[in-house]
Amino acid sequence: MADTVVAREIPSVYEPSLFGTYSKKIGMWLFLMSDSLTFGALLYAYSYGRISTAGWPTPFHSESIVNATVMTAFLLTSSLTMVMAVRASVERNAKAQTLWLLATIACGAGFVILHGMEWSKLIAEGLTLPMFPAVPGHEVSAEFSSVAKSVPQFPSTFFTLTGMHMLHVTLGIVYLGVVALRRKFIPILLALWLIAWLATPSYSPFHYGVHVLLVAAIVISIILWLKPKVYDSSDVEVAGLYWHFVDLVWMFIFPLVYLMSARIL
Amino acid sequence: MVSHDSHAHAAPQGFIRKYIFSLDHKVIGLQYFFLALVAVFAGIFLSLLMRIHLVWPTASLPFFGEIKPETYLSLLTMHGTIMVFFVLTTAPQGGFGNYFLPIQLGAPDMAFPVLNMLSFWTTFLGFLVLVAAFFVTGGAPLHGWTGYAPLSALPSAGPGEGLGADLWIISIAIFCIGALMGALNFITTTLDMRAKGMTLMRMPLTCWAWFVTAILGLLAFGVLLSAGILLLMDRNLGTSFFVPLVTVNGVLTGHKGGSPLLWQHLFWFFGHPEVYIAILPAMGLCSQLLSVFSRKPIFGYRAMVYAILAIGFLGFMVWGHHMFMSGMSPYTAFAFSIMTMGIGVPSAIKTFNWLGTLWGGKIRFSSPMLFAIGFVSLFVVGGISGPFLAQPVLDIYLHETYFVIAHFHLIMGVASIFGIFAATYYWFPKMFGRMMNEPLAKTHFWLTFVGAYAIFMPMHYYGMAGGLRRYSQGTEVGWIHKLAPIQQFITFAAFITIASQFIFVFNLFWSMKKGEKAADNPWEATTLEWTTATPPPHDNFGGITPVVHNGPYEYSVPGAPRDFVMQTDAPVAARH
Ligand code: HEM
Ligand SMILES: [Cu+2]
Repeated sequence: MADTVVAREIPSVYEPSLFGTYSKKIGMWLFLMSDSLTFGALLYAYSYGRISTAGWPTPFHSESIVNATVMTAFLLTSSLTMVMAVRASVERNAKAQTLWLLATIACGAGFVILHGMEWSKLIAEGLTLPMFPAVPGHEVSAEFSSVAKSVPQFPSTFFTLTGMHMLHVTLGIVYLGVVALRRKFIPILLALWLIAWLATPSYSPFHYGVHVLLVAAIVISIILWLKPKVYDSSDVEVAGLYWHFVDLVWMFIFPLVYLMSARIL
Repeated sequence: MVSHDSHAHAAPQGFIRKYIFSLDHKVIGLQYFFLALVAVFAGIFLSLLMRIHLVWPTASLPFFGEIKPETYLSLLTMHGTIMVFFVLTTAPQGGFGNYFLPIQLGAPDMAFPVLNMLSFWTTFLGFLVLVAAFFVTGGAPLHGWTGYAPLSALPSAGPGEGLGADLWIISIAIFCIGALMGALNFITTTLDMRAKGMTLMRMPLTCWAWFVTAILGLLAFGVLLSAGILLLMDRNLGTSFFVPLVTVNGVLTGHKGGSPLLWQHLFWFFGHPEVYIAILPAMGLCSQLLSVFSRKPIFGYRAMVYAILAIGFLGFMVWGHHMFMSGMSPYTAFAFSIMTMGIGVPSAIKTFNWLGTLWGGKIRFSSPMLFAIGFVSLFVVGGISGPFLAQPVLDIYLHETYFVIAHFHLIMGVASIFGIFAATYYWFPKMFGRMMNEPLAKTHFWLTFVGAYAIFMPMHYYGMAGGLRRYSQGTEVGWIHKLAPIQQFITFAAFITIASQFIFVFNLFWSMKKGEKAADNPWEATTLEWTTATPPPHDNFGGITPVVHNGPYEYSVPGAPRDFVMQTDAPVAARH
């Protein structure tokens, strides 16, 4: 199938590999296996907390649910554009490939931005962790702050699960950016980091979280320095695997933390 | 067709690319090896201080001065963490696995050389962060290598539980990331980079062991990583995953609703596979050595492979045996107990096969062989206490005692270390082109072998008599005080055993410079690393890719010109 794009018909000096596929793809599948255990542990912690806590709250009003639904739509669309990018890469249409990748990045960024705004709003309204700084000049909602006080497990698991997922989407955006633009992406990444850092107020968790972008830029520079190379269609396919996986994880998180905590009047 | 050419990379130029940020799996393997060597001496030093303190409680010790109970706990924590993560997980897999897995498979390098380099430097960073915990205010953490909450989750719970504990958790998380990258690389290499003819069932058992170890690592470290993140959040963001409503010195902590048992489940889901991560490579290596030095095929190759797989598989279903004390339902305990004893079956299969391999062999008692036999001995003796601990009723008594210390030190600590020693003596000629000094090696073996038993056997009795683990002193408790001679004996045995490790270090560095020059195949072994030059060239086989015709254990083949047939020799009719 798509593997045929790596068509270099040299007789192999090796034993046939697993499923006749190439190393990078096996590597990505293995990473996804271990990553599903990483998420699995968090989901286990969530279930453990939820089951052992009497009176689990359901504070999410339609506003939150609608917002999360729009986020979901963004992610689903991004999976579609990702498929198109892989297809373009198989057809060796470099321009279309870059455009579809950028479209995927845009959808992913839409997701992260909406999610970030949602977080900030919840934190400001009192659904927060004990050590997140208070947001100055914002009305706290009685309902949210009582949830945070009476069932600390609720905000804890919410922020952990969605935060871990947000981190994965962010890294996915960086990954796709490197595949699409290679070296040229590093200055863009640094600019994004700087803007995001300056644009977020110091009481926001994102003010510190954006440093992930800086770390990513450093790691990418090291990797590209050690192995400067041209990305081929297999890279697009492998990046696609990661991207679809992150989508799939959201399909667990969305019902678990949003829909099952929705206030249905 | 599959392309492998992206794996090849030109030989690097310049010191930094050659020795520091090297992509060559052989250099990276040595980096791991020397990291573990530094770590093991750090760990030994800490254990020495603990042993001295147990016998001379008031003595003032170098660096730490007078040992307070909490200092003792710091020593204990750092000793365990350094040994488990940075020695037993680092040397057998990261060190020797990195160096020899690609060569034994006939590959020019690992599947992902850059990732390989990153995984070493990540691990190295983890080590620095861990050691830094000693130097921050409050010192190193107190919560043991298992990091039990709520102690580990509350910065106010003790002197080392402040910044020191944060560094400990961060170090573990960094280590997890490095280990995950390594595991991914090992598995892909094994699946994707075997030379023509190297079918899975022709792989040396070392490769099987590294392969299964990597699978365990891939599945286990991700869980520990998550657990570590949650623990950090409990400490720094005020969440309550692992902390129930508790007070410290009468002050409410502000946490509520969490469960310390959640930590134990997550930790031991990782922790039990981890003990096999530490020992599987040694099992593979000793299978290899027993065959090489008995000049006989390994007894039951297939059974060995299936036993490794079974151990790996069952290893994920027994973590509850570390939690019998937690008040779990007797039915759950029963299930975990049965499963745990089930692991005894593949372990016994391996042991019988080892003995079967020795049986009737023309045994050569070279130093690697001595350590391999020593490994079998320690594995059996340390393993026997496992089924005792696997009975919930007995374990409730034994759990907090030295009996457990004896169990896991013999089997995980010393047995794996014997694997590392055996690997060093065996592969040193290939890695450095010289032989190690044999009389010194044998002296080292006997002192360490007898010493290890002298240290850990008495701990069984001390534990059964009620001697509690994790306590800095038992001298003021009447019935424990009567056991003080046992503790003294252990400490003296530890002095001698530790001192004899310097023989090893001396031999190692002396032989690098002055050892007798080694031939390409000094042990007359069959696997691929012995077909190439010494030390192996940058791409392992000097531009060619070997073609494999034989299994890895063709010794004393009737009608063959020599008493061994190398994997690349003309095919012999398969016997089995
Ligand atoms: C038949 C084989 C084995 C059985 C039935 C067995 C059983 C057990 C049980 C029940 C415990 C819990 C004791 C307690 O904490 O109260 C234990 C602890 C332990 N075992 Fe084993 N074990 C076996 C083999 C191994 C092997 C092969 C290793 C390592 C290579 C190992 C390493 C450990 C360690 C490190 C601990 C203690 C961890 C701690 O509490 O700090 N065991 N074992
Ligand atoms: Cu265990």
